[in-house]
Amino acid sequence: MKLQKSTSLALYSVLEFAANPGRQASAAEIAEKYGASTHHLAKVLRELGRAGLVESARGVGGGYRFSGNTKRLTLMDVIELFENISTRTGKSEGFDGSSDVGRALGAVTAEVDEIARATFRSITLDTMLKLIERQRRAATDAQTAAEGSPRSKRPNV
Amino acid sequence: MIRAEAQGAGPAELRVRPVEAADLGQVIAIDAELTGLEKTDYYYELFHRYGAGRTRQRLFLVAESGDVIQGFIIGEVRDWEFGSAPCGWVFGLSVRASARLAGVGARMLKAVCDGFRHAGVNKVRTLLARDNGLVLSFFRSQGMMAAPFIPLEKDLD
Repeated sequence: MKLQKSTSLALYSVLEFAANPGRQASAAEIAEKYGASTHHLAKVLRELGRAGLVESARGVGGGYRFSGNTKRLTLMDVIELFENISTRTGKSEGFDGSSDVGRALGAVTAEVDEIARATFRSITLDTMLKLIERQRRAATDAQTAAEGSPRSKRPNV
Repeated sequence: MIRAEAQGAGPAELRVRPVEAADLGQVIAIDAELTGLEKTDYYYELFHRYGAGRTRQRLFLVAESGDVIQGFIIGEVRDWEFGSAPCGWVFGLSVRASARLAGVGARMLKAVCDGFRHAGVNKVRTLLARDNGLVLSFFRSQGMMAAPFIPLEKDLD
């Protein structure tokens, strides 16, 4: 299942804001971090604002901050603001039912999509933040271990 | 120790321990609260096979605060099929609706995982319906990810 660019940007943005709930960030700041155009990201943030997931902050610096509930919001809740993947079928992926082969390929694709949807529905933003933290810790531990290994130690000069 | 609200009796210390025969009435009621079915025979059978620390490989635990059972968890070490190493397998978990979001499930899962480690395995797995969002989200929040297995089925003619 391929998500649209706006959907991906919404997921990046929401997780960025949710990780730092008190902090406000501008569209330009997030756009730069994730290699998107500020114009595109601003449109995404407006949509997230309309849904109540972020709120715009006035005053010096301006920007947005998180206003959702990380324990309740799932990835699917964010995705469905931008595209409807609930009704996606094998047919909509390019396999039509006018041939036996098309029907069979459509059935397999629909199976894959159903698993993807169940996964998006079951993961809250809070769970994602924990996953991000675990991966960050694992990367740090791996780096520390690599730096501490005898091969990577430089001889004292 | 964490505290859980015990059916209007105020907060009480939560204790996770092996199930006893006297707990079964409450266990059956907790399950019936969710499923609408009173599976008395099933739980007595499970008690005889898994209860009261019969083996290190089988665990049937309850979470108790005061004299109220707030939830239960059932699991066992399975010598896995198709060449995989033995793993811990959780096949029952339920928390009284009034005690949810208080860490009861997390405490029970930790206790059962400690039991699995004690029995010599280092992996825990479970299997759920894709539309069981409540329990799927719980296991996800505890760090569980998709396993390298795909459940399959077919209609028997």
